[in-house]
Amino acid sequence: MNINFTLIAQAIAFAVLIWFTVKFVWPPLLKAIETRQKEIADGLAAAQEGRSALEVAAKKSEVTLAEAKQKASEIIAQAEKRGTQIVEEAKGNAKVEGDRILAGAKSEIDQEVNRAKEGLRAQVSALAIAGAEKILRKEIDAKAHSEMLSKLAAEL
Amino acid sequence: MATEHADNAQHALTPSAYIEHHLSFNAQPLNESAGFWTLHVDTFVMSVALGLIVMGLIWLVARKATAGVPTKTQAFVELVFGFIDDQVKNIFHGNRHSFIAPTALTVFLWVFAMNSMDFLPVDWVAGIVSFFGGEHAKWRAVPTSDINTTFALALTVWILMIFFAIKVKGFGGWIHELFCAPFGTKIWVWPANFMFNLIEYVSKPLSHSLRLFGNMYAGEVIFLLLGMWAATGLTGTIAGAILGAGWSIFHILIVALQAFIFMMLTVVYLAMAHEGH
Repeated sequence: MNINFTLIAQAIAFAVLIWFTVKFVWPPLLKAIETRQKEIADGLAAAQEGRSALEVAAKKSEVTLAEAKQKASEIIAQAEKRGTQIVEEAKGNAKVEGDRILAGAKSEIDQEVNRAKEGLRAQVSALAIAGAEKILRKEIDAKAHSEMLSKLAAEL
Repeated sequence: MATEHADNAQHALTPSAYIEHHLSFNAQPLNESAGFWTLHVDTFVMSVALGLIVMGLIWLVARKATAGVPTKTQAFVELVFGFIDDQVKNIFHGNRHSFIAPTALTVFLWVFAMNSMDFLPVDWVAGIVSFFGGEHAKWRAVPTSDINTTFALALTVWILMIFFAIKVKGFGGWIHELFCAPFGTKIWVWPANFMFNLIEYVSKPLSHSLRLFGNMYAGEVIFLLLGMWAATGLTGTIAGAILGAGWSIFHILIVALQAFIFMMLTVVYLAMAHEGH
């Protein structure tokens, strides 16, 4: 247990070792570890960001889907409405057309009936005149009565 | 002839001669007067070699340290680094990376390596040394069981402590603190303050160095006693081997613990120097 020059030698050795560690050993290790820590932190932050972005996108897609569904149902409702409208219109048109055709047919029938009546009237008057002629041939002058008869025929 | 014979007799296996031989340093006088100018070659060579090996190995890893996926070796070094860094972070709240944390790493690893020399069987070391240097060659393998080593470390820390105290507080601030802390600034408590600080400044390096020295020295002596027991015969050999194994295992704890305590005290002292009262 005697203190001697070894003390100084050891102190110098210690100082040199400290200098060596401060200068050459600690900094590269610190740099490597801190860089890795930063990289890991960045990675985790990026993952978190990605997760939140995914959440936002999912929400957005949900909203868009809901919107699309609503729009589709709106379009379908509109189309149905339009369809019934078209059907109604067609029905109305058909009715009008039918009525028109019916009216046309009726008037034609009326005309035909009138024409037939006219024909019949003429024939009846002719027959009546012929009959009357036959009856009256002996008694009446044809000439004298024909004017009156034709007048009669026209009145029929 | 006679003296040589006496010398041999003295170095024959008597317990005191055995222990004395194992506890003697390989002391080389640096000049004629010797005295203070003596170097313990064994202590110095062992400690420097261990320092170079340990810090060199760490440096080899640190030099190629990558921020990417680390190798297993780098992971181990980073484990040690993180352990030291955490300890320092809890005690010292400043820029620890510029000096205090690397110093703590140096102290821990170096002291740990020097303490670990205690695991080398005492008589193997003596055997190897006497094979190369002759029967009377002396070589102590554990540098930390030399008071010069522990005192050198503690004194270096002490000087750093004063250096940082002056650097942080200024010379005036340091002197002011010597006289005005911890009892107050009134002039009549100045002597008490100064005495208090003086005792603190003296006791710090003494307790710092003697704790480590005492532990390692006592450990070595117990190994020597067990080794001596082994010389008494078969029973002693078996008992000595069993107890020696037990003491070695317990000593693993002491070696690590003393290195850790020495490192922690270093950090605490340096951190205290940075703080004002």
